[in-house]
Amino acid sequence: MDQLFPNVAISVVKVLEGLGHQVDYPEGQTCCGQPAFNSGYWKEARDVAARFLDVFADAETIVCPSGSCTTMIREFYFDLFRDTADFKASAGVAAKTFEFTEFLARKLNVVDLGARFPGRVVWHDACHGLRGLCLKEEPRRLLRAVRGLDLLEMKESETCCGFGGTFSIKFPNISTAMDDVKVGSIEECGADYVASADSSCLMQIGGLLEKRGSKVKTIHIAEILASR
Amino acid sequence: MTHACQFIRDSATKAADLRHRAVLQKATGTYATKVQDTKSLFIDWSYGRELARQRKWEAVNDLAFHLEEFDLRATARGMTVHWAENAAEAREIILGLCKRHGVRKVVKSKSMVTEEIHLNDFLEENGVIPVESDLGEYIVQLRHEHPYHIVTPVMHLTKEDIDLTFHEKLGTPTGSTAEDLTLTARRVLRNEYLTADMGITGANFIIAETGMVCLTENEGNARLSSSMPRVHLAICGIEKVLPRLDDLALFLPMLAVSGTGQQLTCYNTMIGGPRQTTEVDGPDEVHVILLDNGRTELLADAEQREALHCIRCGACLNACPVFKNIGGHAYGTTYQGPIGSVITPHLRGLEEWKHLSYASSLCGGCAEVCPVHIELHHHLLRNRRNAVQTNGSGWLEQISFQLWSFAMRNTTIYRVCALLSRFGQGISRRLGIEGTALDPLQRWSKTRALPEIPARSFHDWWHERNQ
Repeated sequence: MDQLFPNVAISVVKVLEGLGHQVDYPEGQTCCGQPAFNSGYWKEARDVAARFLDVFADAETIVCPSGSCTTMIREFYFDLFRDTADFKASAGVAAKTFEFTEFLARKLNVVDLGARFPGRVVWHDACHGLRGLCLKEEPRRLLRAVRGLDLLEMKESETCCGFGGTFSIKFPNISTAMDDVKVGSIEECGADYVASADSSCLMQIGGLLEKRGSKVKTIHIAEILASR
Repeated sequence: MTHACQFIRDSATKAADLRHRAVLQKATGTYATKVQDTKSLFIDWSYGRELARQRKWEAVNDLAFHLEEFDLRATARGMTVHWAENAAEAREIILGLCKRHGVRKVVKSKSMVTEEIHLNDFLEENGVIPVESDLGEYIVQLRHEHPYHIVTPVMHLTKEDIDLTFHEKLGTPTGSTAEDLTLTARRVLRNEYLTADMGITGANFIIAETGMVCLTENEGNARLSSSMPRVHLAICGIEKVLPRLDDLALFLPMLAVSGTGQQLTCYNTMIGGPRQTTEVDGPDEVHVILLDNGRTELLADAEQREALHCIRCGACLNACPVFKNIGGHAYGTTYQGPIGSVITPHLRGLEEWKHLSYASSLCGGCAEVCPVHIELHHHLLRNRRNAVQTNGSGWLEQISFQLWSFAMRNTTIYRVCALLSRFGQGISRRLGIEGTALDPLQRWSKTRALPEIPARSFHDWWHERNQ
């Protein structure tokens, strides 16, 4: 987010500040530990995640523009920190961590953010947001309220894009075949943009779209909601 | 070639095979629609899942007790119960029975456990002819293949493929309709039931309370296999035991819905022993083999024990986007898809089969559809962790993650690394090597473009803004 997709984070700040919230960005933050955790390196993941717990210990609410990172913190920290001294701290941080659209739609109960974004947009249900956080209707509700935006649905909206972290480079052939199914479905529905709440999925989908020379562009929901 | 290399090769071939993908997507698509329709008849499907999970928990967490009760009651009914610790023991028990009864031909109904112990090859080596009687299994046997899917063994074949197989193997004319093909199989198989000396079936459930074996099927072939030959042998994994007869009221519909989208399968049979003196038909002897073959080791692992809750419905395969692209044969295992990737390392060795646990995007689609609510993707993660802990992932990856962990705990190093990757991408683009064999990131970039790293990070933006 910091390095590859800074505009997403900037948009999150703009949207939250627009709603009157005070946003802080603890500069000591790096990663939640998921890449190592998913690859089986739980010790290395725990060391990085422990730092995450430290950096965010005093935060009132943690908003994260990724369903994947949020699920890591909310669901998998229980596994990662089980039987360790940090277990209680991890549960505390998990309880105050929200995915961006979840925070807006469920916690703040906001629907219309006054955004304007002309175009046909199709939503990709990222796996962690959908199955880990049960977010299905929430992001769609936010998008429907955007002026000029035409929200489409695709056949394979709940199908994984094939990213899966290190899976995408350990098994590039399987990962790309999955991506191909997803991208086929996106192109079939006639959208100008495919939107999601996870930049990693969008990187996977966008990577194949670009390779194919497709006109469909990827965009994070925060960027849409920050558009005027 | 190692199993991992074989998997990488086979999965890559299948992933690129668009005809294969189309057949599979059509089959899983039809299945999904049917399941959705049937599930909607339940007042509360998720409550059913929770109940099923609890019942299985009860069964598995007191497995020895339930198995002993089954043994006691089945024996009292006149069945013979055998306990086999591994595949070799199970095969020897079966061969012993074949010898004792002078068995030359065995008719079999669908059973994944017999696949697990490679029974057909073993029987053939010992002069006994095995005949598969489930239509799908029969086709697979004609083609000298292994079942493609634990429930639908010929999911990868179209009607035209089967037509051709029958033409080649049975001499039927080409261009047969589905009905013709089924009738041909029926005609051939009827004779097999009459001439077989022994019937071998699996068991979908065994009931401790009553000492009975439960078979559930759609073709009636398990019923014929278990009742027509002189001897009936049922073989099942020890995790198939349910405490009470009552439990079937839950599990039969859960299995039928998740397996094929039916409310109930066409035939549900309870076997309570050999032919009684007052009865006119049924086998002279009924034998049950309870097979361990690595299951007690999984049972001893409190963290992953719930993998034994599986009722082999195949729902996780049909939901899995990896399965839907590479198909069943690429796994190289008896049990394919997510459940296979979870249990195979336990049943056949982590070192040789850990690669399957990595071959998942962890999307969680499997856990979402599992009727007994096994958190399959969590278990894939645990297998990965266990693989790393037993030092099974190579020094390069190990050092990479140690360095990564170090960099992620030090913001200065993190920022230096970020600068270097920006620099690296600049060079790679200028030299035009991105996506080529020279690109260090080619495992990504060969098929997918890399996003351009923006000149300014969020951190930079935040700083400038707050100055």
